[in-house]
Amino acid sequence: MACSHPTNAPHPKANSASTTIKGGTKAVAEGTVATFSVYRGTAESGEMKTYQVPVAEGMVVLDAVHHMQANDAPDLAARWNCKAAKCGSCSAEINGKPSLMCKTRMDALPLDEPITITPMKAFPVLKDLVTDVSWNYRVNERITPFTPKSDDTDNWTLYQEDVERVQEFRKCIECFLCQDVCHVIRNHDKKNDFYGPRFMVRLASLDMHPLDTVDRLQAIKEEAGVGFCNITKCCTEVCPEHIHITDNAIIPLKERVADRYFDPIGKLKGALGLNKSRK
Amino acid sequence: MTNPTSNVAYETHEHDVLVIGAGGAGLRAAIEASALGLKVGLVCKSLLGKAHTVMAEGGCAASMGYVDSADGWKTHFKDTMHGGKFLNNFRMAQLHAQEAPERIRELERWGAVFDRTPDGKISQRPFGGHTYRRLCHVGDHTGLEIIRTLQDKGVHSGLDVYMEATITDLLKDGDRVSGAFGYWRESGRFVVFKAKAVILATGGIGRAYKITSNSWEYSGDGDAMAYRAGAELMDMEFIQFHPTGMVWPNGVRGLLVTEAVRGEGGRLYNALGERFMEKVDPKRMELSTRDIVSKAINKEVKEGRGSPHGGVFLDISHRGAEYILKKLPGMYRQLLEFADVDITKGPMEIGPTTHYTMGGVRVEAESTMTKVPGLFAAGEVAAGMHGANRLGGNSLSDLLVFGRRAGLGAYEYIKANNPSTNLSEEVIAAAAKRVTKCFDSDSGENPYTIHKELQDMMQAKVGIVRTEAELHEAIEALKGFRARVANVSVTGSRQFNPGWHLAIELENMLTCAEAVARCALQRTESRGGHTREDHPEYHPHWSTVNSVASQDQDGSMNVGEIPLLPMPEELKALCEGEVGIPKPAA
Repeated sequence: MACSHPTNAPHPKANSASTTIKGGTKAVAEGTVATFSVYRGTAESGEMKTYQVPVAEGMVVLDAVHHMQANDAPDLAARWNCKAAKCGSCSAEINGKPSLMCKTRMDALPLDEPITITPMKAFPVLKDLVTDVSWNYRVNERITPFTPKSDDTDNWTLYQEDVERVQEFRKCIECFLCQDVCHVIRNHDKKNDFYGPRFMVRLASLDMHPLDTVDRLQAIKEEAGVGFCNITKCCTEVCPEHIHITDNAIIPLKERVADRYFDPIGKLKGALGLNKSRK
Repeated sequence: MTNPTSNVAYETHEHDVLVIGAGGAGLRAAIEASALGLKVGLVCKSLLGKAHTVMAEGGCAASMGYVDSADGWKTHFKDTMHGGKFLNNFRMAQLHAQEAPERIRELERWGAVFDRTPDGKISQRPFGGHTYRRLCHVGDHTGLEIIRTLQDKGVHSGLDVYMEATITDLLKDGDRVSGAFGYWRESGRFVVFKAKAVILATGGIGRAYKITSNSWEYSGDGDAMAYRAGAELMDMEFIQFHPTGMVWPNGVRGLLVTEAVRGEGGRLYNALGERFMEKVDPKRMELSTRDIVSKAINKEVKEGRGSPHGGVFLDISHRGAEYILKKLPGMYRQLLEFADVDITKGPMEIGPTTHYTMGGVRVEAESTMTKVPGLFAAGEVAAGMHGANRLGGNSLSDLLVFGRRAGLGAYEYIKANNPSTNLSEEVIAAAAKRVTKCFDSDSGENPYTIHKELQDMMQAKVGIVRTEAELHEAIEALKGFRARVANVSVTGSRQFNPGWHLAIELENMLTCAEAVARCALQRTESRGGHTREDHPEYHPHWSTVNSVASQDQDGSMNVGEIPLLPMPEELKALCEGEVGIPKPAA
């Protein structure tokens, strides 16, 4: 199913679920100046302000934000840490598309019109590009932690093929772009009913860990609300870590829930107390 | 509340232990203290889980012996002492080597999922300066795995986590530490923490340099606050310049290329196509220690054999695309996406980048306590563990071993002393005034301008290769910077204002920069992460002492030396002979 939003994404899509990767290819001419339109303000009031930034080869949008701070707007609020797409701090919407600012190259954006930078829409604005993402941390606390069969790790035998899918989920850098783009959260604000893609990935990493002993299906169905996802795969498209969120995490969780609660034989087994969480 | 005497509004939180910094060391310390029954507050300058630990790539060194069964703590200890050029606090190196394997097993129990060997154990890879294949890893994002594991453990440990709060001063009750003062980044409002013990886990000082792999958080806050509170800074001249930061294109300048690229077989070439490490360290080649590789690259460039953009070439393409995608997936994607460089097809252009601060707050090995009672330090902010040069992979294990020990040390200290936590309103008012005076100045400079010039100066005069004349110039220049910072102007409100945050951090960076320059001037020899062009060799005197810097009564910096701790004979015996050469990655 195609992802129909956010709007205004004239530049080529960032790498999607496939493994093909392409960097920007356009060379930027010496002396090029880019125009940015950046949200300045709080949750109550704000406006788009214009900044001019000289473009250098290999520059990313976060470099441009740093240029604005150093030259025009020292109090422009933006989060960043690693500038290497490893920490997931600098999430924002660039030309309407949820993106990491440190990973969005200037030569991949059209420079003949202003580049807009706005805060993530699904979360309350604190100031400028900084949003209140604390809801995500509260959700994470509700997830029962990893509970292994035994503490004797010297006698654990885990083969690479057993842990590979869990490792895919554990690559998540918690940028929350998947949460931002998710219709259920962004458009319908179902934060009380649905944990969102990030925490489906976390739940999947625990449920599919070969040594975890917790039966998580009830929580995945009820508290986490896996049924709310309607598989538009928008989350997968924006994931900077290229985690196959929908195909590898959410759909298998939905299947496990369906097997347990909606399949007639599964229901019968459940009634007889024969169910075990599949590992 | 508003205090009537000082007229400063602030909120107060009380804990047994306050941990400042929520990277690997801070989280591990907080988990330990909490497990021992203490009420723990954990303050992070950023959001939880974003600290610098997340950037660690190659792995965590621990002599599990899963890949090379001959490995054990004794060899790890020997390698660490050789890597540190014997300036290490031997006891820290010993505890680290002995305890690292258990810290790894503990992470596994808490949910970390390391890469596996064919027989189902944790896989271990070779790294520079390690005799055996020793680094437990997850592809090239080991730090992420470790911080996320600790984060998820931490949120179920009953910690009070204060996200996006910056501590600007430590508070004392007499000689003891009794709390800390800071502000919420979001609102700019002040916050005071009362605590019986404080653990610093604030990382390093890399933002004082222009070419750096460090984030904005690395402004030496912990070092500077401890120094102002009466602790000693030790071995500050030793800065690790990681040999392989990208030098081109400009957008990725300084971006780290993990040592795992060399661990997995990457080769270094100069512009003539020579593997120049043959001349420098023919046995270990690219897997020599970081100080040696950085200096070798510097030499190639200086003598005109560098790459077009002032670096050298690092090539892993001979290992083939399939292998590279499996072992270095993050590096592959990152360089393709950021820099249009396909490492499966050709070389990268790399050069040294500021990476790690070996120096820091002087601590006691077992407990991690500083000279100030109740003040502890663990991880990069603490000195001693790595001596003059850190081995790759020894940082993640350092965080775990000494993070835990800091939590334990704080517990023992509180149990033995039950310290009081009285705070002085005058001191709090002074701390508030210090950080807000920049709003009253409208004649001063923009903090960003001062920061950029400070970075340029440190890079040029206190960089990889130093001279007496340049160090004198640097110390002189720092006086000028101090005057400019005292008069810095900040515009806007106190609400999430990065210009204001930087203005406060600049003062910490200056203190650290001065300690680096003065210790570098004092040490008239070359060793590990300190190279003097005018004193290119080891000097026997300097192999017997650590450098220390402390604050004088009048506020000026005293720099001196203290003898190394005497190492017991049985540990000396372990260090005999050369460091072995690891087998290639499995």
